[in-house]
This record gives sequence, C-alpha cells and structure tokens, in this order.
Amino acid sequence: MGVKLLLDKANVPGIRTYDVYRREGGYTAVEKALKEMNPETIVEEVKKSGLRGRGGAGFPAGMKWSFIAKPEGVPRHLVCNADESEPGTFKDRYLMEFLPHLLLEGLIIASFALGSHDTYIYIRGEYAWIPDILEEAINEAKANGWLGKNILGTGFDCNIHVQRGAGAYICGEETALIESLEGRRGNPRIKPPFPAIQGLWMRPTVVNNVETLAAVVPIIKMGGDEYAKIGVGKSTGTKLISACGNINKPGVYEIDMTVSVEDFIYSEEYCGGIKGGKQLKACIPGGSSVPILPANLLLKTAKGETRYMNYESLSDGGFATGSMMGSGGFIVLDEDQCIVKNTLTLARFYRHESCGQCSPCREGTGWMEKILMKIEQGKGEMSDIDLLWDIQRKIEGNTICPLGDAASWPVAAAIRHFRDEFEWHVNNPELSQTSNFGLQHYADPIHVPA
Amino acid sequence: MGMQFNETQMTEFKRLVARYPEGKQKSALLPALHLAQESFDGWLSTETMDYIASLLSIEPIEVYEVASFYSMYNLKPVGKFVFEVCQTGPCMVSGSDNIIDYIKQTLDIKPGETTKDGVFTLKLVECLGACGYAPMMQVGKIYKEHLTKEKVDVIIAEYRQLAASKN
Ligand SMILES: Cc1cc2nc3c(=O)[nH]c(=O)nc-3n(C[C@H](O)[C@H](O)[C@H](O)COP(=O)(O)O)c2cc1C
Ligand code: SF4
Ligand code: FES
Repeated sequence: MGVKLLLDKANVPGIRTYDVYRREGGYTAVEKALKEMNPETIVEEVKKSGLRGRGGAGFPAGMKWSFIAKPEGVPRHLVCNADESEPGTFKDRYLMEFLPHLLLEGLIIASFALGSHDTYIYIRGEYAWIPDILEEAINEAKANGWLGKNILGTGFDCNIHVQRGAGAYICGEETALIESLEGRRGNPRIKPPFPAIQGLWMRPTVVNNVETLAAVVPIIKMGGDEYAKIGVGKSTGTKLISACGNINKPGVYEIDMTVSVEDFIYSEEYCGGIKGGKQLKACIPGGSSVPILPANLLLKTAKGETRYMNYESLSDGGFATGSMMGSGGFIVLDEDQCIVKNTLTLARFYRHESCGQCSPCREGTGWMEKILMKIEQGKGEMSDIDLLWDIQRKIEGNTICPLGDAASWPVAAAIRHFRDEFEWHVNNPELSQTSNFGLQHYADPIHVPA
Repeated sequence: MGMQFNETQMTEFKRLVARYPEGKQKSALLPALHLAQESFDGWLSTETMDYIASLLSIEPIEVYEVASFYSMYNLKPVGKFVFEVCQTGPCMVSGSDNIIDYIKQTLDIKPGETTKDGVFTLKLVECLGACGYAPMMQVGKIYKEHLTKEKVDVIIAEYRQLAASKN
C-alpha cells in the first residue's frame, strides 16, 4: 500500500460530518497554522513541500502564493477552482463529496496565508448536489469557530462562498473562471496582467485547484520537508488519479508517484487490469488534453525504461514519445476501441467548448471535428489526414488561452502514433464501418504482465 | 408579466447577492439564473431574463449574453425531466452509444426533442465528471450512473410515475 495523505480517512463512516472529521484529527492543521505560524512561514512550508498545482499545469503552489500583490487597502481573494470539466477527470468531485472538511481546512489555511477574507469555491454547475454538501460543511465549521469573525482569537476573519458555474469547460481556465465569477461569459482574459496582480474584481487573486488546496493540510501537519520526501524528484507528495475507460476497477486512487504505469493498470490495488481479459491498446494518462500513448510507449519510455506515474516520467520523451500528468484523468482504451472515433469525440468536445474569441481555435476546432467525422464515416481521403495535421499545428500556440493547445494535442498525438489506423479507415471505407482496426498497429504482441 | 419570485425564492435570491461585495451584485447572475430556471418551468424566457436584469440592476443584454453562453441554461421550453446523456470519449468507450440509441428508441425522440406528452427531453452533453461510472446521464440535480438498458427502463418508469403524480 502506498502512502495516503488525502484519502487516508475517506472510508471512516461519517467523515463528511464535522464531528467525525474533528475526532479523526481534523482542523489541527488550521490550529497549527493560525496559532503557531504566520502567512510568511506558511508560504515557506508550501514552497519547501514542492507541491505542484494539481489542476493540470503543475505550477509550484508556494511560488504562486508568493507572487500575490499586496497593495495597501485593496482586498485580496483566494478562489478554489472546482470547475473540473476535463474529460477523464473526476477526482475533485470525490474530495468535495466525501471529504468536504478537508477542502475547507486547506482553504482556511490558504486564505490566512494570502489574506483572503472572502474566498470563493467555483464549482461546475452540473455538480449540482455538491454545493449543498459544501455549504453544510461551511455552516458546521462556522458554528465551531473555524470560519467567520476573529477565527481562534487571531483577529483573522474569513468567509467561504460557493458559486455554481453553468456548463462551460472553458471556465476552468483561471481568467475565464474569474470572468464567470463576475457574472459574465467565460471568455479568458489576455495575460498579463496575471490574476496575482489583477484578478477577481481587478483585485489580487490566487486561483488553485481543489486537490492543491486539500494537499496544504498534510503539508502543514507534517512540514514541507517531510512532504517533499514522499514521491520522487519534482513529483513530491501524493496525487489523486481518476481512472476510467476499459479497466476492471475505475475510480479515484491516491498514489505516491513512485508506482509504475504497468502496476497502476494491472495491480489489484489500482485499476485491476483490462476489463474482460482484453488487451490494452492505448491510454490518455492525464485528461483528454494530453497526448494519447500507444501501449508500448505507455508502459516503457522510448529508451526502454519503465514509465512511472509522475510528472517527469509521464512526459519523458516530450510529445514525440511521451505525454503528461495533466489533471490525473487516466483514460484506458482496450483492443476494441477505435482511435479515430475516440479522437472525434474529443474534437467535438473542444469545438463545443471553444469560447469563440480567437479565430484559430473557433474555426480550427470546427474543421477538425468535420474532417474527423468524414474519416470516421468512411468518406475520408488521404489528404484529409495531412489537412488535420496542418490545422492542429496552426491552432497550437496561436490563441489567447491554452484551450487551443488542448484541442490540438489529442489530434496531433493520435495521428503521430496511429497514422496507420487513420489510413486504414481511408483505404477501407466499408470495412471500417463494421469492424475495427484493433491491435494491427502493433508489430509485436503487447507485453501483458503475468 | 407575472414572472416573479415567491417569498422563499426571493430570500434565496437575496442570500446569493449578499455573497459579493457592495456594488458587485452582477456576480450573482449565474446563480440567479439557476434559481430562475428552477423556479419557472426549467427554462429561461425573455421575460424571466428581463426580470433578473431588473433585480440585479443590469441591462437585459448582459443577461442574454450570459444565458446563451452556458450550456445548462435552456432558452426554449423543455420537458418535465431532461435526460442529459454524456457522449464524450471516456463514456463512449464504455458504451454510451448503445445507451443513447436505446433512449432514442424507447422514448421515440431525437436529441434536442421532447416527448409528445411533454415529460422527457433528451439532450446529449459533454463530459460531466463521472467518467469512472460510465455510461451516465444527469436528470435534474442527480447523476444516474453505470447505466444499462434495464436501468434506463427503471429510470423512465420512475419519472413517468413522478410526472403522473405531479399532474
Ligand atoms: C481550458 C482549460 C480548462 C481548465 N480547467 C481546469 C479545471 O477544471 N480545474 C482546475 O483546477 N484547473 C483547470 N485549468 C487550469 C487553470 O487555468 C489553473 O491553472 C489552475 O486552476 C491553477 O490551479 P493549480 O495551480 O492549483 O493547479 C484549466 C485550464 C484550461 C486552459
Ligand atoms: S483559445 Fe479558444 S477557448 Fe481559449 S480564448 Fe481562444 S477561442 Fe476562447
Ligand atoms: S466522459 Fe462522460 S462523464 Fe466524463
């Protein structure tokens, strides 16, 4: 069993309630932070921990906190990003649903460190039952003196508010989220200025992911140095992985980032192998935006070394032969899955979610979907594959926000690694409608552990 | 006219607005639209949007442009219950196509349509953050997960009954 820092108490009956959470040692991190530490020393501990943002980009949390501007007389805000809409990702939902007080604890500590008296949780609108859980927890915390005025007699005031989105993936992007929180369309802002200087209502703002903020709790409890000892290299601490697709045990797992991809997929502790005894074909290891990898490059790097579930190892080989940790949405595809069709559903997703501000993203995502649809329906031509490649290259790097890149990468990686399957669709317009390319891509049978 | 929050709804509306600093009441727009949609038959008419604009002291256009941006707001009337079935990659590889076909066939409607009796609307949506519990759909505030044809039958029967008891 790996180390568990976030989900260690997840199975304790009633842990969702204040009384049980408190009995199990809850809120001791808040006590320690507010009574024994000050904002500077908290930021210092988080820096030492090496904690990287769990929302997808992996930016060091402590460093982000230290950038927040502190102009005299201007309020600052912490915003918790609970928009969680990246296909394959459902870990924040798990944390909020089952361990709401853990998130609140992290939020109170971070609010104290950043000087946020009004902190907002922006949660995707579809998670419609979770705001009730969070608000219930907020009321309990308030009734017990952990929120509100003069918390623990320190003179620090803090309130946490829950705001529901209304169905827009783009609102997970931090500046779009801020726009949405101000009651507008979720159009990302041009950076700079960064939110740390001018964010919510043009005030200095830090936006962090749910899991990032929850991880602050064990960091304060054990100290940044101890936290940094868990994991490997710059992948410190633990990471939540939401595993889905064709596996025996889909779900949310906490890993300490030293587990190999092979163990993660095949061991009983985690995914429990491929469903129905089928073979692994491909995997999107970090949410729909990151490059898909064929089985051989997933389990081993191009150099033939074991690939591990951490930031460095998953990206080993760059985009040519590697992928990314991303949001931790681990999507497994078995031998029966069609890469063209899978890529089409993702292209449709990004077309649907483009906010429409930049023409390469607005137009390009539409074209990619159309061409993929054509190929999928057996009406494609060879030149369509090159056209797809060309379009994705023209979007990448030419847009206001990274959604453009996120839309390009899945298409690029699918063509890069599975061009033969696209060509097979073009060459076999009828056969491709009734059967599947399967594992023909692989010259050698894929290694399956005993 | 006629669209107006009742007392309970108005209390909730005021609570929403109070979460934001003085002068930033526009921030309450998204939650206010959710409340309005829940209060007025599951969709937002122009009249409803104008009402929200007046409550928040903003221009109607500021409401229209937001309501049309977010996928959860219905700008047309919908059935009593909306089946929002996820069709994105992870659900697709777990068999959502079959579920969608089955619902279409059973209710005899296409995505975007409402059954003649006005009970069900079918909507295809993108990833709802339940990929590990696929195939799945959202009905109102609730997620229905690990869908099978049998489960869909039960769900349809359940909501039919609920609709009948509401009449
Ligand atoms: C299109 C797009 C969608 C995003 N969606 C999310 C999301 O749902 N949740 C999240 O935490 N971060 C999301 N991000 C990343 C945020 O912009 C931001 O980097 C993150 O919330 C910062 O928190 P962290 O440093 O704790 O990871 C998204 C980014 C982009 C470009
Ligand atoms: S890249 Fe796409 S989503 Fe991002 S701002 Fe431009 S149009 Fe909007
Ligand atoms: S893909 Fe359907 S819930 Fe995520």
